[in-house]
Amino acid sequence: MTRPLRTIVTVPPKATRGQLITVRALAQHPMENGFRHNENGQRIERDILTDFICLYNSIEVFRAKLHTGIAANPLIEFNTLAIESGELSFEWRDGDGLSTIAKARIEVV
Amino acid sequence: MTIQRRDCLTWLSALGLAPHSIAFASPDQAKLAIQTLVGDKIVQTGRVILDIPPLIENGNSVVMTLQVESPMTQQDYVKSVHVLAEGNPLPHILSAYFTPRSGRAQVMSRVRLAENQRVWAIAQMSNGSFWRGYADTLVTTSACTEER
Repeated sequence: MTRPLRTIVTVPPKATRGQLITVRALAQHPMENGFRHNENGQRIERDILTDFICLYNSIEVFRAKLHTGIAANPLIEFNTLAIESGELSFEWRDGDGLSTIAKARIEVV
Repeated sequence: MTIQRRDCLTWLSALGLAPHSIAFASPDQAKLAIQTLVGDKIVQTGRVILDIPPLIENGNSVVMTLQVESPMTQQDYVKSVHVLAEGNPLPHILSAYFTPRSGRAQVMSRVRLAENQRVWAIAQMSNGSFWRGYADTLVTTSACTEER
């Protein structure tokens, strides 16, 4: 199942072979930690993104597990080596197993 | 006039009677989480640089940069890094898993910090060894438990 989240991924469109590139991935999500209460004193249910996976031409290059200590609208910035032209895919999964996928192209010369 | 829960709690806490509804993680809980991660291995100090501002105005969104010194080759790279907070309701913040293709073992994110505390970062290398680093922070406005 997919869960449509607004996402922004930043990947340099061009890079030279072997270059270290910085990738930023942002998802719009409340990351509700389950410790807060609403004005009626009821506990707000936990709702967080738990997994983030980055594939580079279908090969996993980076993965992260997110917990309640991550701020709302989680931003993750990491590095990878530009090996070949192709596609980077970014996937976020929540506690219910619903996922959102974003993609970006890179040209390696 | 209706009495709001918030006002009630404020007055109770002023009198020192507030119920501690949320149990914060103690340093012991963070230590236990680290123990669970590393098992009976020895954790060496160094190689892990955890960068969090020493004084934080708003604990709801704190920029955290984590870097591990490693050549990041097929033979010698950083497998994973785990960030654990001593003073949050739950110690776990983030776990990052690198590959030799990461090029550099570095990750940046925005985290929540509930109070003045020490944050630990534990890295596991490809040879199985564990390394650690930490950052001490002062938080003026807490995250995590504020009412909506």
